[in-house]
Parts: sequence; C-alpha cells; structure tokens
Amino acid sequence: MPFIPHTEDDVKAMLAAIGADSIEALFDEIPAELRARGLENVPAGMTEMAIGRLMQQRAAQDGQPLCFIGAGAYEHHIPALVWEIATRGEFYTAYTPYQAEASQGTLQLIYEFQSMIAGLTGMDVANASLYDGASALAEAVLMAVRANRKSKSKRILMPATVHPDYRKVVHTIVHNQGIELVELPYCTEGGNILPESLARFEGEDFAALVIPQPNFFGVLEEVDALTDWAHANGMLAIGLVNPTALALLSPPGEWGGKGADIACGDGQPLGSPLASGGPYFGFMGCKQEHVRQMPGRIVGRTVDLDGKRGFTLTLQAREQHIRRAKATSNICSNQGLMAAAATIYMASVGAGGLERVAAASHANTRALIERLTAIDGVELVFNRPVFHEAVLRITPPVGEVLRALAVQDILGGYDLGKDYPELGNALLVCATETRSADDIECYAQNLERIISRRSDKPVCTKLKPQDPAKHGF
Amino acid sequence: MSNVPAELKYTKSHEWVRREADGSVTVGITEHAQELLGDMVFVELPEVGRQLAAEEDCAVVESVKAASDVYAPIAGEVTEANSALEDSPEIVNQNPYGDGWLFRMQPADAAEIDGLLDAAGYAAVVAEEAH
Repeated sequence: MPFIPHTEDDVKAMLAAIGADSIEALFDEIPAELRARGLENVPAGMTEMAIGRLMQQRAAQDGQPLCFIGAGAYEHHIPALVWEIATRGEFYTAYTPYQAEASQGTLQLIYEFQSMIAGLTGMDVANASLYDGASALAEAVLMAVRANRKSKSKRILMPATVHPDYRKVVHTIVHNQGIELVELPYCTEGGNILPESLARFEGEDFAALVIPQPNFFGVLEEVDALTDWAHANGMLAIGLVNPTALALLSPPGEWGGKGADIACGDGQPLGSPLASGGPYFGFMGCKQEHVRQMPGRIVGRTVDLDGKRGFTLTLQAREQHIRRAKATSNICSNQGLMAAAATIYMASVGAGGLERVAAASHANTRALIERLTAIDGVELVFNRPVFHEAVLRITPPVGEVLRALAVQDILGGYDLGKDYPELGNALLVCATETRSADDIECYAQNLERIISRRSDKPVCTKLKPQDPAKHGF
Repeated sequence: MSNVPAELKYTKSHEWVRREADGSVTVGITEHAQELLGDMVFVELPEVGRQLAAEEDCAVVESVKAASDVYAPIAGEVTEANSALEDSPEIVNQNPYGDGWLFRMQPADAAEIDGLLDAAGYAAVVAEEAH
C-alpha cells in the first residue's frame, strides 16, 4: 500500500532541486558502521488470511483462565454497548479537538468524562485524562511541588503501600527534576501507614504526602487522619484511588477536614478490558485553587455569541503550545478512546450500578478470603479492612503454587516476593464481581490439593469437590 | 503610542517600577504590555517574604491570548502582593500604573533602580519593537 504520496517523478524533481543523485546519497555523511544493515530478523510479509490465522492461534494460547489477579488491573464486566458505541467512527479518533467548531461531540464527551471523574473523586475539576495511573501519580507529584507555595521542598512522602510499579515510574519521571521520594514503611500487622508513625517527620519540609486508597495490599488506609496530618504539616495531600472503590468509599475531596488537594488513579476498571497491560488511562482531579498547576487538557462549557451552549478547550495557557518550556507538563494529549469508553461505561452502569459492582467485588473478595484461609497452610497476612484484594501467606513457595494453578487455567494471584520479600510466601489475590461462588470453590479446591501435595503433612480430606465433573477433577 | 509616565522606571521586559516614600518599590506591567496581552484572566503573584534576584521570573499574567512571565526588575524581598488581582485580574488592563500594580519589594540595593530605563529609554524600546 503506498503510504508515501510522492511519485518517482516527484522524488526525482526534489532530488534535482537540491543537487543530490539519490535518496541514499542524503545519508552519505552518516558513517557506514552506524547504519542499520536491514532488518534481518523481520520475516517476509504474510497475507491477511495467514496473519489472521496466526493471530488467532496466538490468542488461543492465552486460553480463558479464571483470573484472581488484581495488582493494579481488574477484570470487570463491560456491558456490550460500551465498545459498540466507543468504536463508532465519531469517537474512534483520539486527536485533540483544537477546532471547537468541528469537534462539539468529542468535546462534550470529554466534558462529561471530567464531570463524572470530578463527581467520583469529590474534586472541583478534572482533566481530560492522562496516560495511565502510574504516570498520573508522577504528574500529581510534579504538580504538588509546583502548587505547594508554603513548601520550598522538593521532597515527597511516598508510602511503601503504593503500587511498586507506580513508585518506579514516579521515580523515573521525577528524579531528574531533583524531586526526592521518601519511603514510608507500613505497619506489619495492618498493612497500612500508621498515622502516628508520621510524627517523626513533623517540622520537616515536604511538598506532599501520597495516600493510596485502597493501597496496593487492598487494605484501606486511614485517609482522614493522613490527610489532616499532611495539611497540619504544610503538605498537600495526593489521593491515589481506585475509581470503582469510590462508589463505596468516601471520595478524596471529603477526606479529613479539608479534603485531599489532588486525586489521581488508573481508569482501567471503568470499561477498559485487561489486554496485556494496556492501553489503559489515568485520571486526575484537583481543588479549584490548584487548577492552573494541573497538567493535561481541560474542556470547559461556555456559551457562544447567541447564548447557545458550547464546549471548548480551556485554561490552555498551562499547556506547552502556549507556555512552551514553562508549561505545567509535556503531557498534552489524553487517552481519548479509553476515556470515551469509561464515560460510556459510567453512563451505562450509572452511580447505582457502579456501587453494586464495588459491593459485589468486596463481597466476593471476602468470600474468597474466608474460603482460602479455611485451607491448612493459608493465612491472611493483614488484619485491617480491605476493598477487593487481600494478601495471603501460604506454606509452599508462591511461584511453584502459581505455576501449578496456571496448569489448571487459574491465575491464582500476584506474587509479592519480588517487591515485599519481608512478607515471606505472600500472594495478593482479588475477586471482582465477575467471580462466581463456583469460581472461588474451583480455586480453593485446586489450591488445597496443590498445597497438601507439597506439605509433609497427610493430605487433608475435609474438602471434597462438590461437583467434580464441573471443575474437571 | 501608549502612556509611559515620566516619573517611573522601566525594564526591557515591560515592567514598571515606582519608588515609594518608605524606600520600597512598587512593580507592575506597562500599559503597552497589557495592550499586547489583551484581557487578563488570571494573575499569579509571588509570596510575601520571597527573596528575588534581578531578572528572576516571579509572577505570571495570563490573558485570553497568552500567559507571560513577569521578572523582578531588581533584587530584593517581596513585601506585599496585590491580592485584589486574585478576583479581579482585569484591573491590570484598566489601570496598569495604579490599582493594577502587581507587588511591592524592599530593594537589596536601592542603587540598582538607577540602572533601569527611564521613560524615554522605555519608549525607545517600545518604538523599536514596533518596527
């Protein structure tokens, strides 16, 4: 397919105009040893039919496993209408709608997205979305350093209960700007940040405290006390939240006496399918007083000369096409398609539906914890309340158990050994509203069998499959 | 040609400076600058107590057209910011040399003021830009 519109005659005419013999001659000054010698490992082209078949074979290798992994990305039911509408031609382009007169539909959708995120987080304003949760947190950290005029510090208090990958991404993005992340250890009994443990930082200058809710262990943090402590010590409070959880938990805008200053998170649970890590999207909202320090696009509602309602990009003086190097961020585009799907998802399930999704996920996770901890060799690690994830400790090595479960087409959880070796054989499990009682039973029976085989103790017989045929025993 | 009061001092970056009786100086942006920028929508001012170096960016004036940095004309400490601009940034358009002042500072070295442009010098800068 000719992606390059120039004809051979065009190319000849252009080369003649600049006095070059060939396109190759334009690269003469690059030393030969620096030139790529063709792409030897790229195979020859395939027909559409052949590539379609190859891709179907590859997809089939993934199977249809029962998923009990959360750890930042969650399997939720997505109503069929969400992607039916999101993939309409009108939405299926992510290009920034600079031209308001030609983009009212896209602009209105983004405005509605922002309104929903602002409502969910309890913030005054929200932007048009960011790339993902991890980079949204990095942007929130950069924003807090700019926005906190009481603090001269470029130091941030970052709990160890924040997603380990998020902490790595934040470090990568902010450390070259001289911003230091000071890690807060967690309570080994509760799996949360103890507000009283922060006393040792009193009198020190920090720009902000990051407050995850729920945290990476699924545990609920004492957000009111943490927010108030941050404010009492001249810091901004950044809420890192799961959007589904906000249907049940109090929103960052209502934490403590004054509410968090910035809220951010990953929007994947709102209509984005699990797909090898993405694309997902990040969201961010803030208090009105900080809006000029917020990164990203913001769509506003206004009236035209005739008094008719209209939508347009607003507060653009923050952005790099106007503010150049002094822009609040180099993030200007947004994850338009995923944000569109999230808007349609939220509109279709509604506030009540989202609340039922959250409540069912919480109930299923509690049922999962109860069932799994009834097995010899499985215990709950933390005693604080959780949303829809929990940390379990098992007797055998986690990696072995997960591999054995995977053979049964069960994704049994996230191995915490790499990031939290101090927890021992610890596993992070999750059950959203998509997990049925049968799913949980299937997981439990397989786990019990695998653990009992690996232990020296005699095989426990108290649990028998209820319906062996159904579970493939 | 916009108004360039003779009693003020100026910078090439379109700030004006007025000496006050108590030894402090008041800083604003010139009538020419506000004309270039158009209708103001937001003004971000420096914190009182902040130590500024000469030519350090210390405030932002944002209009419907652009956001522009304001630079400290001389070194010194910020003693007051014009909080009326938080709710009514349009005062900068209406009265740039009066109620539309941005901030006051205590000069580190009052002699630095003498090194700034006088009205004729600033008028020449503006005339130069017009060409």
